[in-house]
Amino acid sequence: MKKLAYWILVLGLLAGLIVGCGATEEPAPAPEPTEAVEEPVAEEPVGEEVTMVIGFTTSQTGKYNVSSLRQVNGFLLWMNEVNDAGGVQLSDGTVVKFDYKTYDDESTTERVQELYTRLATEDNADLLISPYSSGLTAAASLIAEQYGKIIITTGAASDSNYMEGYTRVFQAYTPSSRYLTGAVDMLAHVDPDVKKVAFVYENDKFSTDVVNAAKEYATGKGYDVVLFEGYDSETKDFGPFINKILDAGAEAIMGGGHFQDGSTFARQVYEKEVGINYFALLVAPPEPDFADLGDAAVGVIGPSQWEPLAEFTPESAAEAGLEWFGVLGADFVSAYEAAYDEEPSYHSMGGYAAGQILQKAIIDADSTDPEALKAAMDAMEMLTAYGHIKFDTSAEAHGLQIGHSMVYIQWQKDDAGNLAKQVVWPLEGKTADPIYPLP
Amino acid sequence: MLIPSLIDGLLLGFVYGIAAMGLSLIWGVMDVINLSHGPIIALGMFGIYLAFNGLGMNPYLTLLLVMAGGLLLGIVIYGVAVQRVIDAPHLSTLLATFAVNMIIIGIGTAVFTTSPRNVDFSLGSISLGNVSLTWTRILAAVAAGGVTALLYLFLHRTQPGKAIRAVTDNRAAAELMGIPTNWILALSFGLGTMLAAVSGGLIATFFPFTILAGGSYEVKSFVICVLGGLGNPLGALIGGLLLGALEGVIPVLGSLPGIPNIETSWVPVVEFVLFVLILLVRPQGLLGSES
Repeated sequence: MKKLAYWILVLGLLAGLIVGCGATEEPAPAPEPTEAVEEPVAEEPVGEEVTMVIGFTTSQTGKYNVSSLRQVNGFLLWMNEVNDAGGVQLSDGTVVKFDYKTYDDESTTERVQELYTRLATEDNADLLISPYSSGLTAAASLIAEQYGKIIITTGAASDSNYMEGYTRVFQAYTPSSRYLTGAVDMLAHVDPDVKKVAFVYENDKFSTDVVNAAKEYATGKGYDVVLFEGYDSETKDFGPFINKILDAGAEAIMGGGHFQDGSTFARQVYEKEVGINYFALLVAPPEPDFADLGDAAVGVIGPSQWEPLAEFTPESAAEAGLEWFGVLGADFVSAYEAAYDEEPSYHSMGGYAAGQILQKAIIDADSTDPEALKAAMDAMEMLTAYGHIKFDTSAEAHGLQIGHSMVYIQWQKDDAGNLAKQVVWPLEGKTADPIYPLP
Repeated sequence: MLIPSLIDGLLLGFVYGIAAMGLSLIWGVMDVINLSHGPIIALGMFGIYLAFNGLGMNPYLTLLLVMAGGLLLGIVIYGVAVQRVIDAPHLSTLLATFAVNMIIIGIGTAVFTTSPRNVDFSLGSISLGNVSLTWTRILAAVAAGGVTALLYLFLHRTQPGKAIRAVTDNRAAAELMGIPTNWILALSFGLGTMLAAVSGGLIATFFPFTILAGGSYEVKSFVICVLGGLGNPLGALIGGLLLGALEGVIPVLGSLPGIPNIETSWVPVVEFVLFVLILLVRPQGLLGSES
């Protein structure tokens, strides 16, 4: 009996070692794995097909899992569409197709550093796409710049990443400094009498950048910021913060961070029946999964980089004097739903837009040469289903997205009692009036 | 705002107390620090999650299964990992339970990944004046109180419970009196892990979690065991209430005149300063006896 127990223990330890090693050292399979090209193409043979390898990490595990998978799904949709359509044809007859290499970054900076170094060196990726989140993207951007690789960032809004003097980092998202300013404007519109605002936010790079800019904007508009406090990224109990919000007499709450903590915050505010009339959170509300909160989601506002209801068209591009590129939003939504059996979020569109930026750069540069692509991105200005895209080319903020703007959504119940997102701000783009106060 | 925050904290403190009771019981009976305490709390969380999401079972009914599972798991862990080193130096038992900790985390990560999970189970709240309390926390505190009462009755009114207390007092004498100490130690370990699993199950009804989530509650359990007195389950419960009260009240002390705003991130600092002070001033804990 003792011998049996001993061997069970030994086998159990061995199993643990194998599982533990396997969980950390093996690259995780991508959502739609295909074979990556083993050898990079050194030259462009005329009239032949070349394959660009795009490297990125996916947060298949960890707290960024939900948004990251949507981002990657969006990018892979773009890639498959372009490949299925025959690739990108250059003027010399060369056809450019795309493949990718990805690993699970486990939502941690340490893994991003290791894996982007591997992508840039061992895997010889031709171009990089960022992981999801500003924190992880900061780590990836440093590696990309160090190894001279262009990186298109999506899912990464923090302004500070583009103030580092990088020249090869290009941002798809509206910067964080413009995330919540519209929420402040909308509050002033729906209730000019509200004066006390509480900012409770995740203590990370992105969220801190957003609320610092929003606080400055709100203060400038005459609001009294009665509470301005960050919480640890791993916070589960928002009770103390809710009590402080109530104690401070706040009339509106803005902040949050990412999906998991934002959802938890929203749920606990609802359960505590806080009585707040205006509640705007980062990242979480625009995610379709936010509707799983049920009644706790109703009335919650969230800034969004893009919504399926957004109407960017070749006609609106012409009116704005911009070049139109790519598919219509409705076509993207249909294709995404057909491919993944789920509604796309703005993270999905961000991934797709990153691919479109690359594609347009290749077309404009008529080349896959990195320097030519960089020059093309510097000069790029276009309107897509995602919105206006243009990059800052100044030395102080090279690569910062200066064309794109946020929309604000709010979860509302339709006549049948089902939850649906509505665009409530800006007024010129709204699909419904905002619910105020919160039910 | 102090009263609502205090009540919130006390309700959470009941659950902390249950978690710490498990650690304290094992520690007190067999002088073993169970470093697999955290992952077992996480397994309790996943037990509720799988039953609720997969089978649609009520989380409070599932607690009975979690209790049974926690008890059996503890007996198995004792038999496989702890029994052989129970009389060896403390480092051996530490390493043995640490190994179990790593095994559970490894298997749990492989099966569940580290993505956060939620038990979307809401019962609303009740307002008492300006105090709003969620029913999930109230019921968790009631369940924790019930488990505490059952544990007390078990230890003081049943033969196995009395045998556990006898082994705690003097294992050799208990052996001489015919008590099968090996089985009693296995049962004690199982009771300790059962309490850990129950606390995890209750926490899952109001907080999200991952397979790694038990770690923070394990650390709190150590603090509470020191606060309440090692090997003293009642002391662990009181220590849990004290810690919960601190966590609820400290962030809102700034509402009192003359006290600046204290950010919530200072709470762990206060907890561990208290931990060190207790170790220095009264190492046997608030309810421990000097020996």
